[in-house]
Amino acid sequence: MQRRQSSRTPKQPLDVRQKSQTDLSAWRKRGRTDSEKSLQNHQSANDQEHDSQEGSLEQALSYFEKVQDRVALKKSNVLQKHLDAVESTALKQGLPPEGFEILLSVVLSGKFADTVNTRLLKSLIPASVIPENSVVTAVSWLCVSKCSGNIQLLFLKWLITVFDFIDHKEQLHALYGFFFSFLQDEKMCPYICHLLYLLTRRENVKPFRIRRLLELQAKMGMQSHLQALLSLYKLFCPEQVTITLPAKMKTYFKNSEGPWKAAITAVRQRNQGTSPLSQAVFLGTSQPQSRKRKWNVQLVIPASSANTNNLEEDREKNCVYLYSTNESFPVEQLQTFPQLLQNIYRLEFPSQMGSVLTNPLLLHYMNCVKDESIYLRLYYWMGQMLQEECPWCVVDNPYEEEFKSFLEAVFKAECFLQEGFSACEEFLYKTLPLWDGVCCRSELLRLVSWIPLSSSSDIKSHLYDPLAQLFFTSSIYFKCSVLETLKELLQNWLNCNVIQVDSEFSSLNTTLSGLVNVVAELVHFVGWISTVALRLENNSTFLLHFILGFYETVCDMYLKYNLPLLVMPPAGVFYPALLSMDSVNLNQLCYIMYRYRANLVAAKENELSKKKILQFKFSNQTYQEYNQYIIAMVGCLWTSSAFQKDINPQGLCMDDKLLNKTAVKEVKTSFNIVYHPAMMGYSVEFLQQVCPDDTTFNFKLIKGKKWDWYLEYLYTQGLKGLKVFIESSISRVSQASRRKA
Amino acid sequence: QNADPQKTAFLLRKAWTLYSVTPLHGFRRARLRDYARLLSASIAAEKQKGLAVEVGVELDIKVALSSLADLRGSELDEAALLVQLSSRSRASSSNSEDKLVWSGWFCSMFGDDLSENVPEHFTCLPLFLTHGAESYTSLVGSWFQKTFDCCFRRLAISPLNLSWMVAMWAGCKLDRAASAVELVFSVPRLSQPLDISYAIHPEDAKALWDTVQKTPGEITQEEVDVFMDCLYAHFHRHFKIHLSAAKLVKVSTAIASAHCDGIVKILHSQYLPGVLMLLTELAISQIQ
Repeated sequence: MQRRQSSRTPKQPLDVRQKSQTDLSAWRKRGRTDSEKSLQNHQSANDQEHDSQEGSLEQALSYFEKVQDRVALKKSNVLQKHLDAVESTALKQGLPPEGFEILLSVVLSGKFADTVNTRLLKSLIPASVIPENSVVTAVSWLCVSKCSGNIQLLFLKWLITVFDFIDHKEQLHALYGFFFSFLQDEKMCPYICHLLYLLTRRENVKPFRIRRLLELQAKMGMQSHLQALLSLYKLFCPEQVTITLPAKMKTYFKNSEGPWKAAITAVRQRNQGTSPLSQAVFLGTSQPQSRKRKWNVQLVIPASSANTNNLEEDREKNCVYLYSTNESFPVEQLQTFPQLLQNIYRLEFPSQMGSVLTNPLLLHYMNCVKDESIYLRLYYWMGQMLQEECPWCVVDNPYEEEFKSFLEAVFKAECFLQEGFSACEEFLYKTLPLWDGVCCRSELLRLVSWIPLSSSSDIKSHLYDPLAQLFFTSSIYFKCSVLETLKELLQNWLNCNVIQVDSEFSSLNTTLSGLVNVVAELVHFVGWISTVALRLENNSTFLLHFILGFYETVCDMYLKYNLPLLVMPPAGVFYPALLSMDSVNLNQLCYIMYRYRANLVAAKENELSKKKILQFKFSNQTYQEYNQYIIAMVGCLWTSSAFQKDINPQGLCMDDKLLNKTAVKEVKTSFNIVYHPAMMGYSVEFLQQVCPDDTTFNFKLIKGKKWDWYLEYLYTQGLKGLKVFIESSISRVSQASRRKA
Repeated sequence: QNADPQKTAFLLRKAWTLYSVTPLHGFRRARLRDYARLLSASIAAEKQKGLAVEVGVELDIKVALSSLADLRGSELDEAALLVQLSSRSRASSSNSEDKLVWSGWFCSMFGDDLSENVPEHFTCLPLFLTHGAESYTSLVGSWFQKTFDCCFRRLAISPLNLSWMVAMWAGCKLDRAASAVELVFSVPRLSQPLDISYAIHPEDAKALWDTVQKTPGEITQEEVDVFMDCLYAHFHRHFKIHLSAAKLVKVSTAIASAHCDGIVKILHSQYLPGVLMLLTELAISQIQ
């Protein structure tokens, strides 16, 4: 770290300039780094460290580019330093495309000793792609054989391993003859065969090449690599390769993955953010199964591929399909949305339904095609996956990260489809009682929010009971995230209900009354756990914020979601919010009460007008509860009469004698919007603005006209909830009272 | 029920590893030969690590798929499906026998709970049993997973289900002299693994069960518990060890033996359907 830091001192570029005055390219590079450096000064320390690492890679590359003579590693600290830089960068983030030409040239031109060349070759790990040009350059160096045989072999192994990372292959194909000529080298032969196997196209199969291969086989005996190439030739041109190849085939090529495969995977994962899913998608259908896992339970979402089962069938009926336009469109070719639209009638689902999870186009398609078997296939697959891989159900399961990203993918698909998967619902019901509340917390809770709405009565025992147990015994942050989850669950249910009403056909076998009951049950459950949680957490402001967030949805269910249900918050939530010490929660409560009023008034009007026969009407109890709360609120915020007039049995009503004991003067006028602890800050500020000379803080001054000013002042402070509440529920009272005064 | 013992004899006295399988999608029994061809090409391709393989040519592993028509319970059950892999003998002469290297079969014995709820295009064969190298199981299983969009899971047998098995099988009548009823327990949380084997004379076990069972042909959880408690009490009287605190890992009787890891060996052809019925039930409960 120290060394890297020093490389960023302003002196460094000067040194470089002195050394390499004549080297134009180095000068150009340095110019660039200089300007980058000046930019860096504005960046955070973190970025700087990252950049300095790149900077040292850049220096190393320019060093290797211009190095002329053979340098001994032991004697040269500079070489040592640059070599280290290349290695560490390669292993951490991979090498950028432009680095390959420089390093490959150095390695294959034999400027350094083999130890250096080997180390350089081993660190040729691509961050993204390898430019074809660099490989072509390397092959031309290979042809002049300046480097040792070992390096040549290592290079070929490298080339085979990274073959898929080369950006284009046209020029490489043009070099087919060159590669072929290397076959005569006995040591290189197996690797050249493998490379040719990867490169060979039908047009490369020529009689003279076949002859050459057969000669080689006659000379060297039956070699599996030669056989491999021959069998490929035979596959392309059966009429030209007339020899019989043994049916029994061993592995053709030895595992030549070398030291790179693991490093490439690691770099790729790091660069992509550790998601095995995205990796599976990237590698597409050629993704080999990971050997370390059990075969039946890799948590890899299958890549989309057409149903081979049916393709095979099509081939048999080829004669029929030749004349029909009814051919199906393979999912592998589906890349764009217009393609989806064009082929929507002849698109077929992939052979493994699980692959739709990571394919938004197929999810679109799934949305259009309401086919039971699609959901059933997905249901079985997902159910088995979830159960088999769940870290808290399977002992010693080390794949928590993979499971997390799997849950994440499922959640995203649910959001996309705007519906929950039944396999997920069952999984949650089965495993929530066993869950510790920690493992994959946010992922699991998100899935809870997509539990489908159903009138099933087991939701209490399956969801609420286990959730309540965890809720009461976990931290405040867990409590807040559960409340957030339940809010989302409620919203999803309500949305789903709106869609059902709109579309006039109900796929769920829920009646409206069933639905109302299920929603009411959820709201009551949240009311109960909120009351308890506020006591447990000492009326925490943070917690209260999440609770009121939930009620913001509840108070609007009638108008916004057309659901004939309103549930008031329990006293255990209402009073802590009303007496809250901070204005944000009080403001939110005001807004909620305003919306309750709007909903109740609308319901009443509907009821009175009797335009349609109302199957449901709110019970009088709801109106009573609302009125009790309103009295308490108006008393608290406006008329200073909370202690006298509150009629809620759990409310603030207090005996006069008891109030007198508090020794507060003029009790009856001392609790309102001016004195409320949550508003005190505002009233002090207001007084200072209105009467800057008065230092006694005479709050009594806020009355009459000043009272109205004070209100205006509060509204400008962002207390919009308070504004709508006062304007809807109090304004008449206030005018009346002002008239009296 | 009236399966020809000859045709299913090869299923007996072999250790089968159990899997549950979700319903196969798009499976058609008329195309078994095509499937065999594709599966064999897929095995060859896997073994060659992704190198090109031509479908339909002679390959070193031969695959045969066939129906075991007799092996089914109710009307709703599909006939069992047998998969056999054999390696071609090196000598190319046609008269030499291929060597069977792996076999597996899908079956459903009174799996109505599953099959009656599944729409067409799905084939319910929830129980999969394999015998042979795990690597072949993996190749065959992966191919089925990809082709018919199904999921395989190892089917472990819980101690509770093992005790059911021992109770059911201990009470079965057998003509010939039966082998001992054996229960193997493993004691958890010891530094050294400790297994306790508890063997009972089959007639004693049957006598005990007969006193426990109230209605013939019907078994309740309570009866199974009483049966096991009696065995535990007897053992405790002699050795002062509470077997109920140990984990039951294996039971073997003259009918069949079962290990908690999900490995069974069926010994008596007469009881083959009965054993498969129980295993089908376990497989279905793992799927649903």
